[in-house]
Amino acid sequence: MTAITQPTTESFVSKKATRYGSLFRILRYAIGRLLTLFVSVIIGIYLTIVIANMGGYVDEIMRGEIRDRVTQAIVNSPAGQAMDLEVRQQLIKDRIASEEKRMGLNVPIAVRNARYLANALTLNLGRAINMTSDSGSKQVRLILLERLPATLLLMGISQLFLFFSSILLALNLSRKYGNFWDKLVVALSPTSAVPPWFYGIFLILIFAALLKVLPFGGMVDSPPPSNPFDYSLSLLKHLILPTVSLVLSSFFLSIYNYRTFFLIYSSEDYVDMAKAKGLPSRDVERKYILRPTLPNIITNFALLIITLWTGATITETVFLWPGLGRTLFQAIGLYDLPIIVGSTIIYAYLLAMTVFLLDFIYSLVDPRVKVGG
Amino acid sequence: MTALKNLMQKFLYYPSAVFGSFVVLLLVLLAVYAMMKIPYREAIRLWRGGEEAWYQNPKFAAPAWINYFSSTKYAESFSVNTGDGSLPSDFTPGAEGTGTLLANYTFDFDADTYPQDMILYFTSRFTEKQPFISLEWLTPDGRAVRIANMAVGKEFTYRFAQDEKLKTRLKTDDSIAALFSDPETGSPIKGQYQLLVTGTTFEPDSRIDAEFVFHGQVYGLAGTDHARRDLMIPLLWGAPVALTFGLIASLGSSVLTMIIAALGTWYSGWIDELIQRITEVNLVLPFLSILIMIGTFYSRSLWVILGATIALSIFTGAIKGFRSIFLQVKESMYIEAARAYGASGIRIVFFYLIPRMIPLLIPGLVSSVPAFVFLEASLAVLGLGDPVLPTWGKIIQDANMNGALYRGYYYWILEPTVLLMITGLGFAMLGFALDRIFNPKLRDA
Repeated sequence: MTAITQPTTESFVSKKATRYGSLFRILRYAIGRLLTLFVSVIIGIYLTIVIANMGGYVDEIMRGEIRDRVTQAIVNSPAGQAMDLEVRQQLIKDRIASEEKRMGLNVPIAVRNARYLANALTLNLGRAINMTSDSGSKQVRLILLERLPATLLLMGISQLFLFFSSILLALNLSRKYGNFWDKLVVALSPTSAVPPWFYGIFLILIFAALLKVLPFGGMVDSPPPSNPFDYSLSLLKHLILPTVSLVLSSFFLSIYNYRTFFLIYSSEDYVDMAKAKGLPSRDVERKYILRPTLPNIITNFALLIITLWTGATITETVFLWPGLGRTLFQAIGLYDLPIIVGSTIIYAYLLAMTVFLLDFIYSLVDPRVKVGG
Repeated sequence: MTALKNLMQKFLYYPSAVFGSFVVLLLVLLAVYAMMKIPYREAIRLWRGGEEAWYQNPKFAAPAWINYFSSTKYAESFSVNTGDGSLPSDFTPGAEGTGTLLANYTFDFDADTYPQDMILYFTSRFTEKQPFISLEWLTPDGRAVRIANMAVGKEFTYRFAQDEKLKTRLKTDDSIAALFSDPETGSPIKGQYQLLVTGTTFEPDSRIDAEFVFHGQVYGLAGTDHARRDLMIPLLWGAPVALTFGLIASLGSSVLTMIIAALGTWYSGWIDELIQRITEVNLVLPFLSILIMIGTFYSRSLWVILGATIALSIFTGAIKGFRSIFLQVKESMYIEAARAYGASGIRIVFFYLIPRMIPLLIPGLVSSVPAFVFLEASLAVLGLGDPVLPTWGKIIQDANMNGALYRGYYYWILEPTVLLMITGLGFAMLGFALDRIFNPKLRDA
């Protein structure tokens, strides 16, 4: 994208024309960017669909399953046993055909892939093949919506806490870098090489198995307490271990990264200048250190919001947390393509939207950045 | 030479670098030791082996060293047989082609808990008349308990715990406990126990061999799992598997990323544009879900997963980082000089651009090893580990499936997790220190 050339010698160019010029530039950039992102989403989703049915291999598995199930059901039923052999064969055949039609197996795979793609892109998520929501619906939208609160709760609390606490602590550390706490954080930052579910196992071992103070997993006690106060208390109790393990696994590295980042920016000349002028350190921090780092902080925050949607598959599995990550894992195990595609497309859209918006946000918070410039 | 010395000095300045390289070295040694001690085929055979390979071991037995830390002492497992003389036996031929086998085994029992089971395996050779066996049990307090008399076939197994007659005779439901305790008080008696096996054969060529298997509560250095397997095998073999997966994945993905970024920046134009678009598409693809799908639908083989991991890790954010640095390097004088004397594009990319990046590449490469090691373990925990190979992740999955944490088999889950943790931390600390050595800007900050 090249910036529109502006006549420099002609002094009669009105301000209006320049404004139209930059508007045109932004529009052209925005449309181009939207198009490339949309193409990326289409390709990404199509690839996911192709992988998710393995170029037809999954169809074979599902056909086999249907044949077994239908045949078993008919042969084992008293009515089926009483039937004439030929009638029974015909019945089995019809049943299989209708079952295959229900799952869409009678349509060629290429057509089906295209249909999935079109439905996904228009967010028409359709019906799940094998999974049902707890309320008994087969609508993918309802299944995902049902699991969304659990994931939002777990990921929201842990990620937001992580984000704000690490920025605050990092600012603190960068002020007096080299002291004991700073060194401790630097020394502990390799602990983030270990994924959250791993800390989860240790935490379960200590707090659930040995001390028996917190539950092993799940989201509420079973049966769930009927009054709202007890319910939230039970929820809170189940929330502690997964949240702590999610936070713990990136805590020190996150602080370390922000701290290093702030330190790099606080060694800029203009920060020294501001200090020399005698500005209060609060102002120096807010206007001269935080302001230029804002684009990066915003990027991190935006990406964080997206991870809320994906959930934490393995941590949720280890803690038996009924969130989206675990649902996706279960869906894969059941060859439930609509759910896999549904959750992927939502993620892809969120990501593309964020990437698109970030360009504009950068130019809003940082006057040096020019959209499409 | 001085440069190397300088580097070494900087290296020693960081305790984490020293610790990290020490851990990595230990892991490599462990991996080599594992592969020499238990050859690949043998490891697979044992790991996949069922009851016939592992009948001598108890189930869910903790490692024997917990006796040093625990106030209750657990009985250690052992097995002895007459074939190799570990169960002392004496065969004396008698009159009219008969013969007598006398085998007795004396052992010390000083545990506070009863063993899981005791089993005798007989193999005998005869043409028509089955040999006859009688068993006697001598306790430290001088009692002699008659256990059983029976004729044994070619292959015969006698399980102490399942003999109903013995239960009636001892007036108990748990014969094993009764054999090791005082009939009056019911508490275990410590001391020397003796098992007497007397066999009689009725043909000149008839022979009996016996194997006495004692399933204690603890076993070996690592303990056993639900399938009686010695956990030492997956613990040892997990090291080479984890190292192979981690190193190949990180080496493959980072080197390929760098080469592609270098080619893209050098040739620019549509190649560069294509690389950027692929990166964008890859961003949309759900990494873990795709690996799970490949594991579920296609193949759980370590190599397939490794290939997919590398393929999905090439076009990530790292490619943008490399690209921006290559764009700067591309403008440097020495590149211009190379171009002036007519070096080809490929030559410039591989001999001028890429070598400049190696100091930047190495720390990142080492730091990304733990992520891949844990990825393999994560997939195993989800039940998508390699079906053949014994790995650390498989132990965790088995333990999880069998409710190890819930039922108190802590050793089962702690052993692989501690090893994984040490591996992860070792590589992370080394990578971290290397980053500061190779990129001194970070150190000042």
